[in-house]
Amino acid sequence: MVTVDAAERPTETVRRSQRRGIQETRGYRAFRVVNGIILTLVVVVTLYPFVNIVARSMSHESYIISGQVNLVPRGFTLDTYQLLMSDSMFWTNYRNTVFYTVTATVISIVMTTCYAYVLSKKQLKGRSALVGIAVFTMFFTGGLIPNYVLVTSLGLKNSVWAIALPNAINVFNLLVMKAFFESLPTELEEAAAVDGLNTYGILLRIVLPLSKAIVATMVLFYAVAFWNSWFAAFLYMDRQELWPVTIYLRNLIAGATGAENVGAITEADEVQAEATLKAVTIVLTTLPILLVYPFIQRYFVRGIMLGAVKG
Amino acid sequence: MSTTTTLTPSAPTPDTTPPNRPPRAARQTWRRALRRDWQLYSLAVLPLLFFLIFRYLPMLGNVIAFRRFQPGGNIFGEYWVGLRYFKMFLNDPTFWNVFTNTLVLGALTLLFCFPLPIVLALLLNEVRARKLKRFVQSVSYLPHFLSIVIVAAIVMQLLSMDGTVNQLVRAAGGEAIPFLQRPEWFRTIYVSSEVWQTVGWGTILYLAALTTIDEDLYEAARIDGASRWRQTWHVTLPGIRPTMVTLLILNIGTFMAVGFEKILLLYNPLTYPTADVLSTYLFRMGFTSSNFSYAAAIGLFEAVIGLILVLSANHIARRTVGTSLW
Repeated sequence: MVTVDAAERPTETVRRSQRRGIQETRGYRAFRVVNGIILTLVVVVTLYPFVNIVARSMSHESYIISGQVNLVPRGFTLDTYQLLMSDSMFWTNYRNTVFYTVTATVISIVMTTCYAYVLSKKQLKGRSALVGIAVFTMFFTGGLIPNYVLVTSLGLKNSVWAIALPNAINVFNLLVMKAFFESLPTELEEAAAVDGLNTYGILLRIVLPLSKAIVATMVLFYAVAFWNSWFAAFLYMDRQELWPVTIYLRNLIAGATGAENVGAITEADEVQAEATLKAVTIVLTTLPILLVYPFIQRYFVRGIMLGAVKG
Repeated sequence: MSTTTTLTPSAPTPDTTPPNRPPRAARQTWRRALRRDWQLYSLAVLPLLFFLIFRYLPMLGNVIAFRRFQPGGNIFGEYWVGLRYFKMFLNDPTFWNVFTNTLVLGALTLLFCFPLPIVLALLLNEVRARKLKRFVQSVSYLPHFLSIVIVAAIVMQLLSMDGTVNQLVRAAGGEAIPFLQRPEWFRTIYVSSEVWQTVGWGTILYLAALTTIDEDLYEAARIDGASRWRQTWHVTLPGIRPTMVTLLILNIGTFMAVGFEKILLLYNPLTYPTADVLSTYLFRMGFTSSNFSYAAAIGLFEAVIGLILVLSANHIARRTVGTSLW
């Protein structure tokens, strides 16, 4: 209706909307100033904690304890970095994190890809049941205790399997990948089948080469999740030398048992640097994520949106 | 399945069709499907084993909520005790305190973490400078990528006696407060750290939905004399309504599970009165008191309520706004 009206009397509508446009800019300009202030605040509030932790990590203990460190390091020192880096348990735990992340991600990618490919075949008999089996677990889970009993009685404790296997498929990731496979043109696969390629060959030689972007996204989704995870290790790893670095940080922060050797170092060096040490540990565990973040961010965003199309 | 149901009415002659014909037909189509697609099905075997062992077996494992369980014994428990453990927690005053805490934290999280991403997305949508917009987005997504351990560590640093927040308190002439030891502060701390970590990331889907709104609708509204505010109210918000509803349902799905890991990292016996929730309580019952059956009963209770919440939210959404998860 309105468009017809506009088409009939173009000149008048243009003038009208122009006039309104000018009037609006006054109120709207005020809004934009406020909006700018709000968004600046969002940026500041988001970034401040990081800046603060970095400042603390490079400050002398006495300035931290007296509450004088916020944006800039006071009593600049990098000794605490050296102190932490000389702790062999920190590096052992770091290596564990890398090992757990790589192993678990590889397993997850293989499992998720296979299942997502099967689920993407719309004509497959029993497909909706296969989808249902996966989706139901998004909303109802066995819970902590039965899971713990299961993992323990399977003898997975103190091994990478306790971290990798119980979380092998994330259903959200599965649905993202399924949506991607469904969007691929079927002609290529049909032609390959006519040429005598079997299902495995089609998946490996036709579908996966077309799906590099989504596989890369999935690798990042899983890798970041496993890199950040701590609870499985907390439950299932009894020995310090098996812990990932997240548990190292957790124990240091919680002041719980396990960080004794760090305490020993501090005492031995007669550096009472507990507050600085905590900040340094936070910085060194956050750093890898911060370094890759600019490069992986857009893949994440794309993956999330792909999942939203057919979530 | 659909073929068998159409077969039955189309064959009304009783002497030629034996009563067991539909199942056999179904079996035959299955056999044909298996013969044709066995390679596809074979790809599903390992993932199905994963789901059966690590997702469905633990669901069955919940029978220990109705049976006496001994650590190291049978994983499905020793003998039936009926509803003993359920009666136990229903008569446990701590349970009710913990239950209330769960509802309060869940409600507060929903109240802040659901609408704030919408507001931020709308504000971002008004930014015309593309580079600036992208910069704000990138910064706001960042906390999402951090481990919960790191988030908890940062919270502890900021709230420590010598941390930034207490510096501000002192500058305002107040006394430093040991925030993490005070039960009256826990909810504020929990919800604000949750907002810090999730709001930016939460905008992604809304920003995507905003770009799909037809520009002509704004044009039409403008010609009808709608102000910017009215355009937002009558065009933008209805445009992102399906996204809002979907995310609301998903949020309700995690209502009962409230940030278990984060609470576990941030709470301590001093803050139990407000911080202890069902999942942390059952964690302590299981792993500190070694009462697995009791803990499993609480876990089952939590999971069932969570499922009911999602199902009813989904149902209501489908009836009222016509959007739902399935």
